[in-house]
Amino acid sequence: MFVIIRDLIRFNIEFAIGLILVGIVVFFACLSAFSPVDPSMIYVAPPDQPPSRDYWFGTNSRGQDMFWQLSFAFRNTLLFGLTVAVLSRMISIAIGLLSGYLGGPVDRILMFFNDIFVALPIFPILVLFYFVMRNDLNTVNLAILMACLGWAYDARLIRSVALGLRYREFTRHAVFSGMSSPKIMFQEHLPYVMPIIFSTAMANMIWAIGLEVTLAVLGFTNINIPTVGTTLYWANNHSAMVVGVWWWLVIPVILIVMTFIGLFLLAVSLNEYIDPRSRLRRMGL
Amino acid sequence: MQNYLLFVTKRAVQLLAVIFFGVSAAFLITHLSPINPVEQAINRITGRSNFSPEAVADMRAALTALYGIEEPLWSKFINFWRRIVVLDLGPSLIAFPTPATTLVMRALPWTVGLLATAVVFTWLIGNILGGLAGYYQNNRVLKGVGIVAMGLQPIPYYIVAFILLIVFGFVWPVLPISGGFAMNVRPGWNWPFIGSVLSHAILPALSLVLVGLGTWFLGMRALVSNIISEDYVTYAELAGVNKRTIVASYVIRNAAVPQLTALAMTLGAIFSGTVITEEVFSYPGLGSLLIAAVNAGDYALVLAVATVAITAVAGAIFIVDLLHPILDPRITVE
Repeated sequence: MFVIIRDLIRFNIEFAIGLILVGIVVFFACLSAFSPVDPSMIYVAPPDQPPSRDYWFGTNSRGQDMFWQLSFAFRNTLLFGLTVAVLSRMISIAIGLLSGYLGGPVDRILMFFNDIFVALPIFPILVLFYFVMRNDLNTVNLAILMACLGWAYDARLIRSVALGLRYREFTRHAVFSGMSSPKIMFQEHLPYVMPIIFSTAMANMIWAIGLEVTLAVLGFTNINIPTVGTTLYWANNHSAMVVGVWWWLVIPVILIVMTFIGLFLLAVSLNEYIDPRSRLRRMGL
Repeated sequence: MQNYLLFVTKRAVQLLAVIFFGVSAAFLITHLSPINPVEQAINRITGRSNFSPEAVADMRAALTALYGIEEPLWSKFINFWRRIVVLDLGPSLIAFPTPATTLVMRALPWTVGLLATAVVFTWLIGNILGGLAGYYQNNRVLKGVGIVAMGLQPIPYYIVAFILLIVFGFVWPVLPISGGFAMNVRPGWNWPFIGSVLSHAILPALSLVLVGLGTWFLGMRALVSNIISEDYVTYAELAGVNKRTIVASYVIRNAAVPQLTALAMTLGAIFSGTVITEEVFSYPGLGSLLIAAVNAGDYALVLAVATVAITAVAGAIFIVDLLHPILDPRITVE
């Protein structure tokens, strides 16, 4: 594991940059544990202060110190993305391996539902959920919901790998030596799909965070929980750009773009690492 | 030909299944909630203006009939589908008593026009540039485009939209930043109106194009750099086939097929992008309608927009899938 990461950092500049960008954002989010202020309180600092020595990222029109506010927001957003990625990975691994290994009618039925989930436009459905649940749609519920909607495409990728493994020699050996199907799937086949799981997890995090921010910017989530999306929502709501409180919008946008580019570079470089042809080309062999 | 018909039938069944499950899900979400939509709607309407008690009672009766509160769920479900088939989704509340269907049909051409133009344009340009960048790997300009695409790709729609809004709205105001057309032109088939529509579409379309371009560019470049090591490309080069012919009809054409599949996959995501884009630029499409409906608590209209969105995206994916075997002669349709 560590050897792989060391090699990636040495030979793959994209991976190194991605790791640094994500590292900075994660470190910043971790700072929220040492925050001297409660992020839910408003008017605890002089409003509309530009970035200065006292307030590194300035303060917003609601009288909050943007530095601590944003570190809470990024903590929540990253945790949200991670939750969605982990939960939806679990669904897509289960469906993908089952479908690929068992084949036949099970495969056909699962892929029928898979195709439906791939084609469903998720955004209007999430808006419907918000419309019905209003403030009950908290971060946890939203994460579970997105995980239930966002597994399909990756399940198909995992299935395609599992399909190839099904006819390999070692699977037959395992079957003939009396290994049970779940054991074969999760002990023998799972390691082969692990690289795909890591690289799709990054892409899934980008997707989940992007969708959460989209919903929040429109005010379609619980706007009292600090996340990147709700920060942008409040900034918009107070017309930060027009009033001239540019740091309220610009700083979170820079940080979120850093997060997105970082995660994207990690996903791309892991994808490339999975493909041995491009890995060899990169190492100059 | 017979095979193709079979393929079409199979896809059509799938399309109907997607629409059925999606719309049913939308129905169930709205009807399984513990909130009483009738009381909610009445509270919202009477909160804003004064109504006589008789008018409120009338409205309550009309809405109760519309939602069929007393009926069991399955009969509501059947009624709902019966109404969808005849395209009647009940009156909307924001523009009572205009039918929700009328409002949706008014908004649909704007969204479809914007989306179709942006998607087709982005897909073509992104793939052509990506294909060239994959083939001519040492070209400086194309390398620069690659770096820009890499930076643009992961940025979400709303951020690009906000940046365009700030640049063209406040810094350099040359383009209209809101609405679908100017107030002082009369809608119809005349040049001032068409020109106005086009100029109002530039910024919303640009935000969609900028974000999408990177995805197609990077995807195509990766595909092409794999294809150029294939035997048939080497063979064509050795046989002295014109380089342009190789790029256009050997390399890009073959790489375009997986990109078409990817297009079908991303259509749903592009739709959520247009919702944001329309909201930011106050474009009079389906997205703005959806947001207005949610904010006003308009049950019928939200359900109508969701239904149309699901149907439209599923239909677009269906069309893209049908093009698939036509573009790629290697695919044998089972």
